[in-house]
Amino acid sequence: MVPTITTVAGSGEIASVEMERAQIIIPSNIAVKCPQCKEIMYERDHQRNLKVCPHCGYHFKLSAYERIEMLVDAGSFVEVDHDIASADPLQFVSQSQIYAEKLAKEQQKVQLNEGVVIGHAAIDTFPLALAVMDFRFIGGSMGAAVGEKITRAIELGIEMHIPVFISSASGGARMQEGLFSLMQMAKTSAALAKLGEARLPFFSLLTDPTTGGVTASFAMLGDVILAEPGALVCFAGPRVIEQFMHIQLPKDAVTAEFAYQHGLIDAVVSRHELRQTLARLLCMSVQAEPWQQTYGAAQQ
Amino acid sequence: MHYDLDFEQELAADAEKIRELQQECHDEATQQRLDRAISALHARTKEIYAHLTSWQTVQVARHKDRPTTIDYLQAICDDFMELHGDRAFADDHAIVGGLGTLADNTVMFIGQQKGHDMQELRYRNFGMPHPEGYRKAYRLMSMAEKFHLPVICLIDTPGAFPGLEDEEHGQSGAIAANLLLMSRLRVPIISVVIGEGGSGGALALSVADRLLMLENSVYTVAAPEAAASILWRDKAFASEAANTMRISARELLATGIIDELVPEPVGGAHHSPHLAAGYLKEKLLAHLDELERCTIDELIERRYQKYRSIGAFTRVAVATTS
Repeated sequence: MVPTITTVAGSGEIASVEMERAQIIIPSNIAVKCPQCKEIMYERDHQRNLKVCPHCGYHFKLSAYERIEMLVDAGSFVEVDHDIASADPLQFVSQSQIYAEKLAKEQQKVQLNEGVVIGHAAIDTFPLALAVMDFRFIGGSMGAAVGEKITRAIELGIEMHIPVFISSASGGARMQEGLFSLMQMAKTSAALAKLGEARLPFFSLLTDPTTGGVTASFAMLGDVILAEPGALVCFAGPRVIEQFMHIQLPKDAVTAEFAYQHGLIDAVVSRHELRQTLARLLCMSVQAEPWQQTYGAAQQ
Repeated sequence: MHYDLDFEQELAADAEKIRELQQECHDEATQQRLDRAISALHARTKEIYAHLTSWQTVQVARHKDRPTTIDYLQAICDDFMELHGDRAFADDHAIVGGLGTLADNTVMFIGQQKGHDMQELRYRNFGMPHPEGYRKAYRLMSMAEKFHLPVICLIDTPGAFPGLEDEEHGQSGAIAANLLLMSRLRVPIISVVIGEGGSGGALALSVADRLLMLENSVYTVAAPEAAASILWRDKAFASEAANTMRISARELLATGIIDELVPEPVGGAHHSPHLAAGYLKEKLLAHLDELERCTIDELIERRYQKYRSIGAFTRVAVATTS
């Protein structure tokens, strides 16, 4: 089932998601301002341009469903485990928040039960399992539920014997779940190790921002790692680095381009080229199968 | 015995009285008073340490005299040969690794290394590894697998070093690579938190068949100070953060993430490093013995399930439209 994305006049943002046919209704009297170059554009044109600023190329953040809609063959996405949510393992309460209340509020506001959407789909008819994170849900932070869903997406790939694609967008680990959150780094990485033993590829996309425990686990374990232009990609985060090193970071430090220059990722891919790039990778992966059967069998 | 933590003030006062008694003339009566005072101090210390809060545990875990990786290796190994370098860029002093003889086993030991004085701490970068440290660990673990040597990791770090150069050299990728490697490594792995388990920088050495913690150690997703500044909006709430997030060894044992606690001498490992090392050696040999009874395939599948099952979740009704 592919979600309907409906925007409401005056809000300029996603107000509701219904599990129906793909359909986008956008009033054309909404304008959007680019945070980078300050140019204004119509919401309708903004959507048509994949939410990339036509003047300076700034890539706006996408919700999980928007990302999926832009990437996969229409009608091919089958979501699974939409209902998985956090169990608040520490029953966390701090001076400024009650975690259980925050979760409920966020679920209502973002219309997701957690910060990642998983399932399977096709790109140019090539099947793949996918997990797409949504930064709007508590900063895309990874707690037990997100870790569980990502692990399930990987296990879905193993079960269906298809490649796995994960789009990351995260401020790091979900501190409100303590060590349970940290351990999701190990859990997801272990699942990827199994995927690797099954000789199935994992394509990782780093979007703005990809930081902390997500970067230091599954995000950087892609067989091929792609990143969107200008995305913040780092382990520690600019403020932490500045505080520790007592320096001022240059403006484009710890971005996707920085990671590319330092040999840490395979490519910086603009949003307009992303679908095509994944299609090519999936095609090459499928083409490799006869060889894998020959050599794989011989190795056993 | 020195008592210098803030919650040990009464113990420090009692210890001072004992020292005074020891200097008085030694007649039978004074000797008896001395023995009673020492017993009482021991009992009081034991009681206090049996009920430490998470924040008090943090203080013990971070104590400057707490035994380090090198201290334990020197005590528990009949022979230890340190190996160096990542074969690509540098040798990270924050991680110590090498071949050790534990009873009649050859074991690959790896751990983060702090220090007891400022000079040593600086040399070891306060136990905060760079990517080259994790890559050294990677190569040593691969070597262990090649020669069927069990791996034992001693965890004690405030976290991976968050420098700009570390980002340039792929700190996140280095940690991730270790998580991947360890999850399928075809030898038994035991990881023990001996002090501070600082987030991802600690996890990179702790995907294991057995995850142990010394009873006064801590394991955190974020340091209490960092968690406090983000979730309590003020670093000063570090003790609240520590107590809320259940970071002490005892609390983590209750969650099931940790397999067992390693006992410490009364008053913490720093009061009797030799005894602490003895307790550690005993636990390591016991677990090693158990793990060597499984086939490797069984071991790896159980290791996978150990981490697979961490993190309960719930299921909610499908989100309705507003």
